[in-house]
Amino acid sequence: MCQENRTGRVHCMIVSNEPLAEDVRELVFESPAMADEARPGQFVNLYCRHQGQLLPRPISICEIDRAGGRLHLVYACRGKGTREFADYRPGERVEVMGPLGNGFSLDAAGPENLVIGGGVGTPPLLELCKRLTGRTTIAVSFRSAPYLIDRLERCGEVLVATRDGSAGVRGNAMKIVEDRGLTGNIFACGPTPMLAAVQAYAARRDLPAQLSLEERMGCGFGCCVGCVTKVRDASEAGFSYRKVCKDGPVFAAGEVIFS
Amino acid sequence: MNLGVNIAGVELKNPIMTASGTFGSGKDFAPYVDLNRIGCVVVKGVASTPWPGNRPPRIAEAYGGIINAVGLQNPGVDAFCQDDIPFLRGFDTRIAVNIAGRTIDEYVEVAERLATADVDLLELNISCPNVKEGGVAFGVDPAMAEAVTRAVKAVAGQPLIVKLSPNVTDIAAIARAAERGGADAVSLINTLLGARIDVRRRAFVLSTKQGGLSGPAVKPVAVRMVYEVARAVDLPVIGMGGIMTGEDAAEFLMAGANAVAVGTANLLNPTATMDILDGLVAFMEETGVDDVNDLVGVVE
Repeated sequence: MCQENRTGRVHCMIVSNEPLAEDVRELVFESPAMADEARPGQFVNLYCRHQGQLLPRPISICEIDRAGGRLHLVYACRGKGTREFADYRPGERVEVMGPLGNGFSLDAAGPENLVIGGGVGTPPLLELCKRLTGRTTIAVSFRSAPYLIDRLERCGEVLVATRDGSAGVRGNAMKIVEDRGLTGNIFACGPTPMLAAVQAYAARRDLPAQLSLEERMGCGFGCCVGCVTKVRDASEAGFSYRKVCKDGPVFAAGEVIFS
Repeated sequence: MNLGVNIAGVELKNPIMTASGTFGSGKDFAPYVDLNRIGCVVVKGVASTPWPGNRPPRIAEAYGGIINAVGLQNPGVDAFCQDDIPFLRGFDTRIAVNIAGRTIDEYVEVAERLATADVDLLELNISCPNVKEGGVAFGVDPAMAEAVTRAVKAVAGQPLIVKLSPNVTDIAAIARAAERGGADAVSLINTLLGARIDVRRRAFVLSTKQGGLSGPAVKPVAVRMVYEVARAVDLPVIGMGGIMTGEDAAEFLMAGANAVAVGTANLLNPTATMDILDGLVAFMEETGVDDVNDLVGVVE
């Protein structure tokens, strides 16, 4: 039987682990194999050293440095696991598995692209923006201090919103999109309420949209069926639960049911 | 060195099985492990019709374990027979099918459908804590456990394993009831009922409030129960509950298990079955054990 062989958990050398904003850090690690394979919108599992914290933390890939054989991850230090990662130093090793998930389809990119990100939903959009051709407008929102803006600006026009109004427009990225009536092929990643708003906007304007979803994950490779989202289908119930980690995290906006 | 074990007349090349619901039907693991090296793949629970499963969130971390409330999402027995049996038969491993149901009739329907299917063993799931009706209700009452075992055994085309719930006062009594009902083997433990509350949100983490705790946190409970059950019944015992290493597997064998199942470890590490098998072999070499069966029930 022909099978694609994959390695499981591997220890990778940390190149850097620097803060980007309050409680947000960028971790760069070496893995030529993963950098070769990764696509925008995919994620990796990071495993804690603490043996009480068994589940992997799924962290989306922010940048893929294929030439340098490195992946860049941006993560929010929110819980026990990510606070452990915050203490990792260059030269140490981090245990990783990946890349995982489907990633964005670049075939859907058009002459006009609209990229919408909220909070730590923004980092996975950076590698995508680097690869999009055509005119790209990038609307991103943050709780407070923005990050990654300089890197995003190399890929297109960047419009910023913050919840506390400390930079750009006060509000979230969808406020910018709605106020300006922005259009294009949509790629979005962020909190669920924002993605629901993107879905509604895309439907109203008849714009193609891909959404990268967030859900509590277990294994990260499709086995535990812990992270699911409702996806429309022809069954009696009108939907089935699909795995965010394996069937996603990127779904076509039209197929997702937010409820 | 002999690693082969016999479960109800079915020869397994080694005592490493997978715990139902932690290995799918093996497809997600095939890129990571050689399925030919697994003694028996126990597939995720299969019901008579497709089940949607519970609303998310379905999974949460607990110290040294995880709590899940998946709710036996499965595509139904017809889809299973069509897609998964041919896939698994491409490998030299045994196949056990975990049967889910809400009523005796539903369990019987699945067993009937599988009677002529090309699988080696059935595992009756009377212990899933995550479905509202049936499931665990059969697993906590000896009379009901006996009745559902008898009904399924009457139509089964393969030896029948009954999977026991740890959420009982006396698990040996349930094991004896399954034996009276005609079980050919028992497996234990399923998950322990638990709950987690998000204190910032002042709400349960899981959509179903409670779920099933598994992983290394439950291992001492499982070892104790395997020991009790192995002494209470004259049936092969499949032990599971938090096995992460070869020495953990040896611990279950010494408690009286004839084979072991790897569960939560699969979700944390897709190569866990191989690592545990290699670890068990290393342990046997190190301690001068030539036959894995010589470890079974060695503690008094």
